[in-house]
Amino acid sequence: MTTVPFPHEHEFETQDLMINMGPQHPSTHGVFRMVLQVDGEVVRDVVPYIGYMHRGGEKLAETMDFRQGIGWMDRTEYLAQHNAELSYVMAVEALAELEVPERAQWIRMILCELNRLSSHFMFTGAFGTDAGIFGTAFVYSFREREVILDLFEEISGDRLMYAYFRPGGLAWDVPDNFARRVAEVLKSTRQGIKDMDGLLTENEIFRARTVDIGKISAADAIDWGCTGPVLRASGVPLDLRRTEPYLYYDQLDFDIITGTNGDVYDRFVVRVEEMRQSVRIIEQCMERLRPGPILPDRLPRMLRTPPGEVYLRTEAPRGEYGIYMVSRGGNRPHRLKIRSSCFANLQALRDMTIGSYVADAVVILGSLDIVLCEVDR
Amino acid sequence: MRGLLKSMGVTLAVFARKPVTREYPDTHRPLPERDRAFPLLLWDHDLDEPFCTGCHACERACPVECMTVLMKDNPNHRTQGGDSTRRKIVDKFWIDYARCMRCNICVEVCNFDAIAMNNTWQGHETSVYDRADLIQDLPQLLAEHKAGAIKPWVPQ
Repeated sequence: MTTVPFPHEHEFETQDLMINMGPQHPSTHGVFRMVLQVDGEVVRDVVPYIGYMHRGGEKLAETMDFRQGIGWMDRTEYLAQHNAELSYVMAVEALAELEVPERAQWIRMILCELNRLSSHFMFTGAFGTDAGIFGTAFVYSFREREVILDLFEEISGDRLMYAYFRPGGLAWDVPDNFARRVAEVLKSTRQGIKDMDGLLTENEIFRARTVDIGKISAADAIDWGCTGPVLRASGVPLDLRRTEPYLYYDQLDFDIITGTNGDVYDRFVVRVEEMRQSVRIIEQCMERLRPGPILPDRLPRMLRTPPGEVYLRTEAPRGEYGIYMVSRGGNRPHRLKIRSSCFANLQALRDMTIGSYVADAVVILGSLDIVLCEVDR
Repeated sequence: MRGLLKSMGVTLAVFARKPVTREYPDTHRPLPERDRAFPLLLWDHDLDEPFCTGCHACERACPVECMTVLMKDNPNHRTQGGDSTRRKIVDKFWIDYARCMRCNICVEVCNFDAIAMNNTWQGHETSVYDRADLIQDLPQLLAEHKAGAIKPWVPQ
């Protein structure tokens, strides 16, 4: 265990106090419980308890065929559903050696990046609330997220549980006015990013709450298995879209955003900048989108895979979302393991929080942007 | 101070914009054509019978097992003196809306385009006092399309 930097010198004897935070607490983003050991306002120890949302999903997916499992993937990662579905269908495609038509891949990329935008909007809003800007940032970001969800609803028919990707392509084609609608959404999104940036990034009160809070070094972040914006904020330029490109990310021009300090503020700034990069990616995808089929010509009614195993990972908004799938032949996975980015990121919470104030524990937890459904599965 | 003023500038600019909120129970947002509420059965207006033959395809494909289907011989079939080409037809059909997760798989697997997702607001506003009331039987599932109240969207 590392030595704890202790900001206060005591003049008199004090006693540590155990505070139970959660499972029902508005700032824990779901049912998450932290037992804090506090000395006055200073956190001496954190014991996180997870598992309140455990639904046995990995086992459940073994009973579902490859089409039915997609609906389950939405429910693990309920803020970036397209990204979660993408990992799953790509794992199935790798096992079954399916060729995916070009148009389907481009649409997948557009939807995944739009989903990254909506997820990061959710983060900026919720994080603003955690940092004490109650309401303002939250409703601004929800207004922008709403525009994206409206587009998803027009495409897939549902606002939250899309179940739109299929092994081999997409469930059905996008509507005819897709290009116009994406342009509209991007216009409003650009304004929304500008709003969130202007509202928070330079705000002195916000900076006072976030700069140099919850720091983690690059080496520690790697050791804990952090991925995504949490790792990149510590200065490690690891982005699976660039380091091991999937879909057509290698054909596109975008930057990997890294922070320098590894603190809560950097994690916020990295995500805001990532949103700008997502807009860039979507614009490039829209230029390359051509009419064509969205499913392979020869797709059996019931997809069966040969025996084998595959680990496939993609860059979801919160980091590496991996699917390890074992097939013994047949129409359903023999074993499915979800590598959850939130679960790994959450492990670093204890290192980040010890030595900070109780009020900052909320901000640090918010900066990890956890989705408890994905942590517990 | 500069950052604070910038933040205030953003809030002021947003204050001048048109509000985007709707007073929900009073005003309903128009739903897109593809909107997915809960599944419904469709009515063949030409032959005055359901499209569904009770073939169990949707029942087998349903991930949450919310459907129960029974099949019977069609009394309206040509061999029975009627004018229908359907040898078999649905006898009983239940969908438990409390279990349904609205994944659209039943619509995709249907060979007869006999099932579709309700794309109206009535499909979403299904609150009841007793969960048992959410189990819909065949007349309830057919009622809306029979009355011409919905215009279903079926993929491809």
